[in-house]
Amino acid sequence: MIRYPRRTVLRAGAAFVGASALGFPAIVRAQADKIRIGHLTPLTGFLGVIGSYAQLGVKLAAEEINASGGVLGKQIDLISEDSINPATAATKAQRMLEQDGAVVLLGEISSASSLTIMQVAERNKKMFFSTGARSDALRGKNCNKYSFHCDIPNTVMVNAVGTALSQKGMVKGKKFFTLTADYIFGHDLLKAAKAFFGTHDANLIGDELIPTDATDFSPYLLKVRQAKPDVVCCNLAGNQVTNLVKQYAEFGLPYPLVGFNLNTGDAWAAGAGNLSGTWPTVWYHTLDNPASKAFVAAFTKKYGKPPENHAWIDYVTLKLLAEAINTTKSTESGELIAYFEKQTQFDIGKARKAYFRSWDHQLVQEAYPFTVKPKDQMKDQWDMLVLGEAVPAANDPLETIYPTKEQNPCEMKA
Amino acid sequence: MQFEFLAEQVVNGLVLGGYYLLIALGLSLIFSVGGIVNLAHGAFYALGAYVCVELTKRLGFGPSVVVSPFAVALLGILFERFILRRFYTADPILSLLVTFGLAMVAEQAIRMIWGAAPVSTEIPQSFRGSVIVGDFLFSRYRLLILAVVAAILLGVWLLLQKTSFGRVVRAGIQRPDMVAALGIRLQPYMTAIVMLGVGMAALGGAFFAPITTVHPAMGAEIMTIAFVVVVIGGLGSFWGVVIAALLVGVVRGVAIHFEPAAGEASIYILMFLVLLVRPRGLLGERIEKFE
Repeated sequence: MIRYPRRTVLRAGAAFVGASALGFPAIVRAQADKIRIGHLTPLTGFLGVIGSYAQLGVKLAAEEINASGGVLGKQIDLISEDSINPATAATKAQRMLEQDGAVVLLGEISSASSLTIMQVAERNKKMFFSTGARSDALRGKNCNKYSFHCDIPNTVMVNAVGTALSQKGMVKGKKFFTLTADYIFGHDLLKAAKAFFGTHDANLIGDELIPTDATDFSPYLLKVRQAKPDVVCCNLAGNQVTNLVKQYAEFGLPYPLVGFNLNTGDAWAAGAGNLSGTWPTVWYHTLDNPASKAFVAAFTKKYGKPPENHAWIDYVTLKLLAEAINTTKSTESGELIAYFEKQTQFDIGKARKAYFRSWDHQLVQEAYPFTVKPKDQMKDQWDMLVLGEAVPAANDPLETIYPTKEQNPCEMKA
Repeated sequence: MQFEFLAEQVVNGLVLGGYYLLIALGLSLIFSVGGIVNLAHGAFYALGAYVCVELTKRLGFGPSVVVSPFAVALLGILFERFILRRFYTADPILSLLVTFGLAMVAEQAIRMIWGAAPVSTEIPQSFRGSVIVGDFLFSRYRLLILAVVAAILLGVWLLLQKTSFGRVVRAGIQRPDMVAALGIRLQPYMTAIVMLGVGMAALGGAFFAPITTVHPAMGAEIMTIAFVVVVIGGLGSFWGVVIAALLVGVVRGVAIHFEPAAGEASIYILMFLVLLVRPRGLLGERIEKFE
């Protein structure tokens, strides 16, 4: 019988655990003589849950477009894969453009991965619609001509929640403690939050950077208690929001918890009894709008559950892209970019139409603050949120809540 | 004041370490007795959480936390009898492959049954909030977990040290050939150890279901830290794993106190330092069959 030294065994064990982190892509394979579109989104890791919703949304859009005749008379062939991490995202983006012949890319939620795909898009002179990444820097100092940004940026989320909090008297002269995700998105959100606190006379008395693989927040909650703030503010993303919300409810600290970032998938995962406070969102499935309701009905029929905001944004992005291709009768990047830069208006299922702002390619649209419904008023497990009034108010221009050219300068090379 | 804050982090770290212990102790026992690195251990942790969430809808939280580990331990019997048993004397690569494959199958099975989106459950109202003892703040719920872990630890220790069952298991760890020469079959003991190990992991999952995200990949997440604890503690030593788990919890808490961004990295640095000084782990014994 062969005996193996235990260290060899442990080493092999560690290698396996490491390999499992790489994940396995769900590949939807391509066929010839169709218009091929590449979709990347995280399906594993801390953003994997909301990424799965994005994939369901974009697939539904492709089916609907194909059922109604496709684009330019051809069917859309959607390749959708797990982007995994920034390096793999870039590799896959390059492969999709170079080998699979994708004419355009869309997707992503992680700002770090989105940044690397943006660079691939620029190098290949192909368009990339970053659907779920929220870092201001992507629209600002990292902006480029081939990249378009569909989700609301961090500054808008801070403004949406901040305005709602101000109205409740929870900002001026109050002491804030922030818990921030330690990567480009979190840093960027903290910057936007600091700017808001600065202009609204709030004090930031503590701010903790939290590694994205942390699942236990008890040491941070002890630090919060030691600092005795008036309001605790969550600048985390994905599963980490869920974990924090659950553990915050567990410890039962007396300070109200609010946040500048939340996806409804994370709210659902946290569960009804755990979530409280005021948060921002880009869209919610109870929104009273005909286009939005039609999408919710189609999605629920197909998948047996209501869509999350990433399902919606990936869905509308592919829809407006198909509209642009059909109108311009082209899949050439140059012609499409010119079309979008005319600030063409699109119906995205909200009260006001949206358009890509010409100088930073941000999809300018309404946003909403929301609070949490009392448990006994919920119709079902998904009916958790009460949307506040859309921001900006109906008679203010949409761009008032977006960063200005001075705040977030973007220089696109021609 | 500064000292009290630090002390609070140390105490909180001990509580968290107790929870890591639930997962790491079973992993260590199965490896020590059977020589198998059970990469599917995290899957049983995840199953414990999911079964608990599912049962909570029918039985309420209290009974579910008790029932779920037993249900998963029964699965453990099948796991040992039909899978692990074939690999005790085989090339370790084979058992790594089979348990790794099983972990993936379990994760996908969970995805198929409960879906990719997380499921949620809550702590009963009576265990919410925190208690303040002296200057220290404790989550009421985690104190409950700590009490249960302490009781289980005592039980496992007594089982291994004071019963004839434990004597055979300990002898089996050191000299399986001698145990065989005495006419004792180790296999039923192994079944019991696997049941105990995966049952503890499932209990960990059930306890943490209300305060963490219950999603299909949660098993893979916990495995890394469980490995770190086992490696630091050393093989074959009950107290080695106990001390390592508590140490990992405390080091993480203290690191977060001084340098929050290094919180997660600190435990790997700890592992590195321990292995540098004591390659066999803190209290690891020389186990002939692995040398």
